[in-house]
Amino acid sequence: MDALDIKLWRDFKRLWAQSLAIALVMAAGVAVLLMSFGMSKALDETRDTYYERNRFADVFVDARSVPMSMLATIQTLEGVAAAEARVTTHATLDIDGKSRATVVYVNSLPETGVPLLNVPILRRGTLPDPNASDQVALNEPFAKANDLWPGDRLAINLNGTKREVTVTGWLLSPEFIYTIGPGSLIPDDEDYGILWMPERALAAVLDRTGAFDNLTLKLRPGFDPKPVIEELDRLLEPYGSWGAIDRTEQVSNAFIDGEINQLKTLAYILPPVFLGITVFLVNMVMGRIVTLERTEIGLLKALGYTNLDVCLHYLFLSGLVAAVGVVIGWAAGSWLSFGLAKLYANFFKFPYLIYNVSWNTYIVSGLLGFAAATFGAIRSAMAAARLSPATAMSPPAPPRFKRSWIDRALAAVRVSQPTMMILRSLIRWPIRAAMSILGMALAVSILVSSNFFPDSLDVIIDSAFRQSNRQHAVLFFNDLMPESALEEARRLPGVLQAEGQQYLTAVFRKDHYEKRVVVEARRPGNDLSRVVDTNGQPIDAPTDGVMLSRRLAAQLHVGVGDTVEAEFRGTRHGTFELPVTALITQYFGLGAYLDQGMADRMFQQSSQTSIVNVTLDPAFDEAFQERLKELPKLGGSAMMIENREGFQETISQNILITTTIYVILGVLITVGVAYNGARIQLSERARELASLRILGFTRAEVGFILVGEIMLLALLAQPLGWWLGWAIAKLMAESFTSDLYAIPLVLKPATFSQASLVVLGAALVSVLIVRRQLDRLNLVSVMKTRE
Amino acid sequence: MDKEIVFRTEDLTKVYDTGEVKVYALAGVDLDLFAGELTVLLGPSGSGKSTLLNILGGLDHATSGKVWFHDRELTQLRDRGLTQFRRDHVGFVFQFYNLVPSLTARENVQLVTDVARDPMRPEEALERVGLAHRIDHFPAELSGGEQQRVAIARAVAKRPEILLCDEPTGALDSATGTQVLEVLRGVNDELGTSTVVITHNAEIRKMAHRVLYFQDGKLSRVETNEHRLSPAEIVW
Repeated sequence: MDALDIKLWRDFKRLWAQSLAIALVMAAGVAVLLMSFGMSKALDETRDTYYERNRFADVFVDARSVPMSMLATIQTLEGVAAAEARVTTHATLDIDGKSRATVVYVNSLPETGVPLLNVPILRRGTLPDPNASDQVALNEPFAKANDLWPGDRLAINLNGTKREVTVTGWLLSPEFIYTIGPGSLIPDDEDYGILWMPERALAAVLDRTGAFDNLTLKLRPGFDPKPVIEELDRLLEPYGSWGAIDRTEQVSNAFIDGEINQLKTLAYILPPVFLGITVFLVNMVMGRIVTLERTEIGLLKALGYTNLDVCLHYLFLSGLVAAVGVVIGWAAGSWLSFGLAKLYANFFKFPYLIYNVSWNTYIVSGLLGFAAATFGAIRSAMAAARLSPATAMSPPAPPRFKRSWIDRALAAVRVSQPTMMILRSLIRWPIRAAMSILGMALAVSILVSSNFFPDSLDVIIDSAFRQSNRQHAVLFFNDLMPESALEEARRLPGVLQAEGQQYLTAVFRKDHYEKRVVVEARRPGNDLSRVVDTNGQPIDAPTDGVMLSRRLAAQLHVGVGDTVEAEFRGTRHGTFELPVTALITQYFGLGAYLDQGMADRMFQQSSQTSIVNVTLDPAFDEAFQERLKELPKLGGSAMMIENREGFQETISQNILITTTIYVILGVLITVGVAYNGARIQLSERARELASLRILGFTRAEVGFILVGEIMLLALLAQPLGWWLGWAIAKLMAESFTSDLYAIPLVLKPATFSQASLVVLGAALVSVLIVRRQLDRLNLVSVMKTRE
Repeated sequence: MDKEIVFRTEDLTKVYDTGEVKVYALAGVDLDLFAGELTVLLGPSGSGKSTLLNILGGLDHATSGKVWFHDRELTQLRDRGLTQFRRDHVGFVFQFYNLVPSLTARENVQLVTDVARDPMRPEEALERVGLAHRIDHFPAELSGGEQQRVAIARAVAKRPEILLCDEPTGALDSATGTQVLEVLRGVNDELGTSTVVITHNAEIRKMAHRVLYFQDGKLSRVETNEHRLSPAEIVW
């Protein structure tokens, strides 16, 4: 090994603590990059493979009792590769030992036994016999949650007839990766499931022989679904179709898309922060090393080493730091990426996980790590190369301190000499001070922006469950029901209040913007399911137009006073010009609201209801649930309290994991900045601080200068960090917003103070570690060595 | 027989311009240095000795005037050329040794032998300065005199034509200083290396072939020793 290489290696070993502090910050950037890309790629690939192997459909449409002859027509549409018709409905199950009524989405299995599209994977047992009338299969998560095994029997209420059926097997389907029951916010495997039943039996019970309710289509590769969807809508409108949708609107697929996009967002927001801080830290440390090694640089040049040799020598040093950072980052990133991908695959109930290590991601993240280190070191390395050997051999001129207005101001406030030393140092090296502040501010911002989720979710929960949805349960029907259904609901055991609500589907258009929406027709003064504005005030739907959620209005580019064209589909259809008369802020869905009376007049029909919201007397809970299992027309029910608890539980688990990760990341940054900052302070001021000790200053007084400066920077970093945190949180909230939900930006004082406490604490610990070295300073030797 | 000239300067001038005042570190120096000669430069602080040494060694540029190394005009060379010149021909010894603290004695010498064209082995160089037994010690484990001897070993390991020494004994007591001078004398005698020594210590002039006196950036006087003393005979 060359002597210069030996020096490089020894320098690196000597600087191990500082190098590690930098390397860990870099590792965090590399790891997050690897994790986000690795995970999103694994999930993307797993999903795509699952979709392809199991022939996930491209277009989906629901209607009611469409004659089977229509299928042949649809199969001949241009671009259609395959079409499969199914009979579907919602039904209530009565499971032994379970008091609550359980809702399932029932879909038929073809006569051939195995579906053509959305092919389920048999996980346990067998598929039902196509000719059997009492065999069903369940989706695996639901079966597991309810402890229903092949061979178990249960009762299903289909079209008012309760019948006993046997579970033959457990299935997983690409169509139902993410199962979300009507009226629910998150998957609830215990209370909502998917049930497959042979077509012949199901059609017989539902009066659908020779007819179907649901159609899924596979298109030829690369074929645009839009013309097919338009044609389907035209053909199926007479059958109450709510409109065909493509994959992007298919609920299960849309949720998974949202999750994968969130992961990708992380990859764009966080790694640049970490790599940016790495650049700064390397810059700061290398700058100091080059200053300290002036004479060695001069010597090397005197000995005949070229400028390039010297420049490379220092770049290699930063390269070693980068190597450590990249290796740690790769290791941590691979581990996190694989672990979390498995966790997600499990959460989504993927039957398998395809986790391919993408060498590109490793190479790109590694190159970025080295680039950050090189970028940080290049200025110092060039400066070293440019040092003339004669200048290098003489000690650097002492930094110029000039008296300025700041000094006069400082003199006026009469601070102590140590305080003066701290303040002067900040003023003389303003860029370094500013970068240290920025570094620690970024640490604060990461903590603030990662911690805002729980507060935002509190607001969502409060808005969704306490203010908007105050009902105890929601009853759904498979068809629109007359007003008399409300009276029936009121007669159910334990029901205290019952209010109806009607859902209509429509396509809203404004210029070339178009959006398919579910419109809610509301009765004025409804108390159980309310539309609430941001002040918590309930708002009635306008009687002279339509009220839109702000996100929907933004997508359609309309405001109050504009008019949208609304093409209603389904049982109540027609096209109307509707003025937009109000906007509201909402977190779930893209809401649109009409007054029920206005809707009745528009369609010239009497009031109907799609759902009934009820409040319950808890004493009658069991009787209520028992009665639900018998109701003929009931499509299902959702218990809002359980819904809320499930939501909070799922969310709080996720938050605990992510918050822990972010606290670690924030601490890494702070330690990186504060520890290196203090080490450099100590190095630059060793002589000065030793002189003070010789002059009779105590250890505590001298330590104050070191600790004081870093902690002052840390304090100054807080307001900036809060602001940056707010900005990043805003960016994240916006990027996580989809058609399904919006994340409100809620930042409470506690979020800011916790972030500040973590960063100030980590900074203090880092600087105290360095302070201990101050105690070991050998006064005599410090004074004797030549600077 | 005319002695071969190693260095020749012509009206060599170096001005430090601080903006407010111009300081003439060298104010037109003309001199010749001969092959195999041990030359001592004497003069008070600021008389221009170190500046001359830096320019001769290719560490610094002259403001005006010319310097030749044999037939090559050094003042014409750019940075790359000067680096090559130092690498091939010059050995330096400094007052504060300037050893790399993270390298052992052997490795410090190796710094030079790694890049030189025809170096001696590091062990041989260290043996020459009497430090064979301290070869794997770090600078911090060596005394001042030992460190300076490592520096000399490092300087001579590449078999340079010229050895430039800036206050080589400046930081040493007289006993260790004498040892260091013995080594320099030995290198000059045995290897025939042209050696220039800057010193504040007038007694050291007695071991030189010639003594150049500097005053205010100018060469004020040249003295030739008919009878040279050995370092051991010098009292200081």
